[in-house]
Amino acid sequence: MTRTRFHEGLDQLKDRLLRMAGMAEQSITRAIAAYRDRDRSQCKLVFESEAVINANERDIDELALDLLAMQQPMAIDLRFILAVIKINADLERVGDQAVNIAERVQQLLTVPNVDLPVDIPLMAATSGAMIRQALEAFVLGDAQLAERVLTMDDIVDDMNRDIARAMIALMKKSPEYTEQAMDAIIIARNLERVGDHATNIAEDVIFWVRGADVRHHFGGTNSR
Amino acid sequence: MGVGIEVRDLRAWFGASEALHGISMEVKPNSVTAIIGPSGCGKSTFVRCLNRMHETIPGARVEGTVKIGSIDVYGNGTPAVDVRRRVGMVFQKPNPFPTMSIYDNVAAGLKLNGIRNRRDLDEIVERSLRMAALWDEVKDALRKQSGASLSGGQQQRLCIARALAVQPEVLLMDEPASALDPISTAKIEDLIYQLKERFTVVIVTHNMQQAARVAEWTGFFLLGDLIEFDKTQKIFTLPSDKRTEDYITGRFG
Repeated sequence: MTRTRFHEGLDQLKDRLLRMAGMAEQSITRAIAAYRDRDRSQCKLVFESEAVINANERDIDELALDLLAMQQPMAIDLRFILAVIKINADLERVGDQAVNIAERVQQLLTVPNVDLPVDIPLMAATSGAMIRQALEAFVLGDAQLAERVLTMDDIVDDMNRDIARAMIALMKKSPEYTEQAMDAIIIARNLERVGDHATNIAEDVIFWVRGADVRHHFGGTNSR
Repeated sequence: MGVGIEVRDLRAWFGASEALHGISMEVKPNSVTAIIGPSGCGKSTFVRCLNRMHETIPGARVEGTVKIGSIDVYGNGTPAVDVRRRVGMVFQKPNPFPTMSIYDNVAAGLKLNGIRNRRDLDEIVERSLRMAALWDEVKDALRKQSGASLSGGQQQRLCIARALAVQPEVLLMDEPASALDPISTAKIEDLIYQLKERFTVVIVTHNMQQAARVAEWTGFFLLGDLIEFDKTQKIFTLPSDKRTEDYITGRFG
């Protein structure tokens, strides 16, 4: 093995991205806990992590840029660094979605609690699983695992549509719950976006491993 | 105009030691092809077989077919001198004739080919120096200055002008910029890119970034075999062979 310093740099980049991924995932988990338990303290934690996630995004981009400029990577290494830069941006956006959800929860805490006929935690678990699997595919360099994430996106999209439909019906029937129903629609929309980011990450993993660009045409069933 | 190069089952030996184990490759006319690979992989030997330079080494021999356009390089009755006129070569270290003026360096090959008319010579010397992007720097000192008095980068462009003067169809370059500073290197690389309009260029280089910058096609040699030959963009983003990938990403070599 030659170019030891370069390969250490690649390892460091991977570690930093995985730490970033852990933070983004934790933010989503906290935002959903805040929703489920009506817990303001969890919202606060989400807001606090946002600054850390943003700082990490900048650090990772800088590290990636240094490797590109100083080491002139080729082939699989070049694709790896490009994938990291894109995954990094998606993880930062996942953190933003957590913040959006936490803001919505704070809003919800000012109105009476209503038992809505929707399962937001289930949808959160599904989109969270997509993120986790996409990242596992990244850790293992496993393009097949990444492909499975792409198929899961349709499930999350369907859940989002179902929740929107149920909430619109509720608003027609019980207009006094409009605010709560709107918040549920927006949170579901945020979770659907988390699924999209997981899809992007999975596509970047496939690009890194196989050199194939599968964006916008995987399997034909993907609605993105 | 450049011509295509067709290589079939090319084997080359130094004495009993086989340096190339049956290389086949097709080079398109007016293209730039980079040959990369670790030291000792046979890349210089390969290009030296294209213009019959290999056989000038005592004990060296060649088998197989090389066609430069319609010329069968190793065919019966093809004179080596004729091949070398059609296939120009530029080496790693600039090697101008030290006692000759700049003008005479470029005109030397023409004079050997029997061109004596002063006006013809003037015209070809100017055109060759212009093609080699050296004319503006030397036009006022053509006969006053010797080739050896130029800087390294200028000497290398002088050697390119000398090779171009005899109007070859193919230009072989063996590490043409490895002894030059970055600015001279950039000038040579720009030049290579322009030269492909008139010539077919094959360049041996240790500098993979240079291959990526100048060549449309790249061949990767390892231990006397051609491992992979493809579009440069493909080789440097998604090579097909693991050995190519390991080499260009610095995992061995």
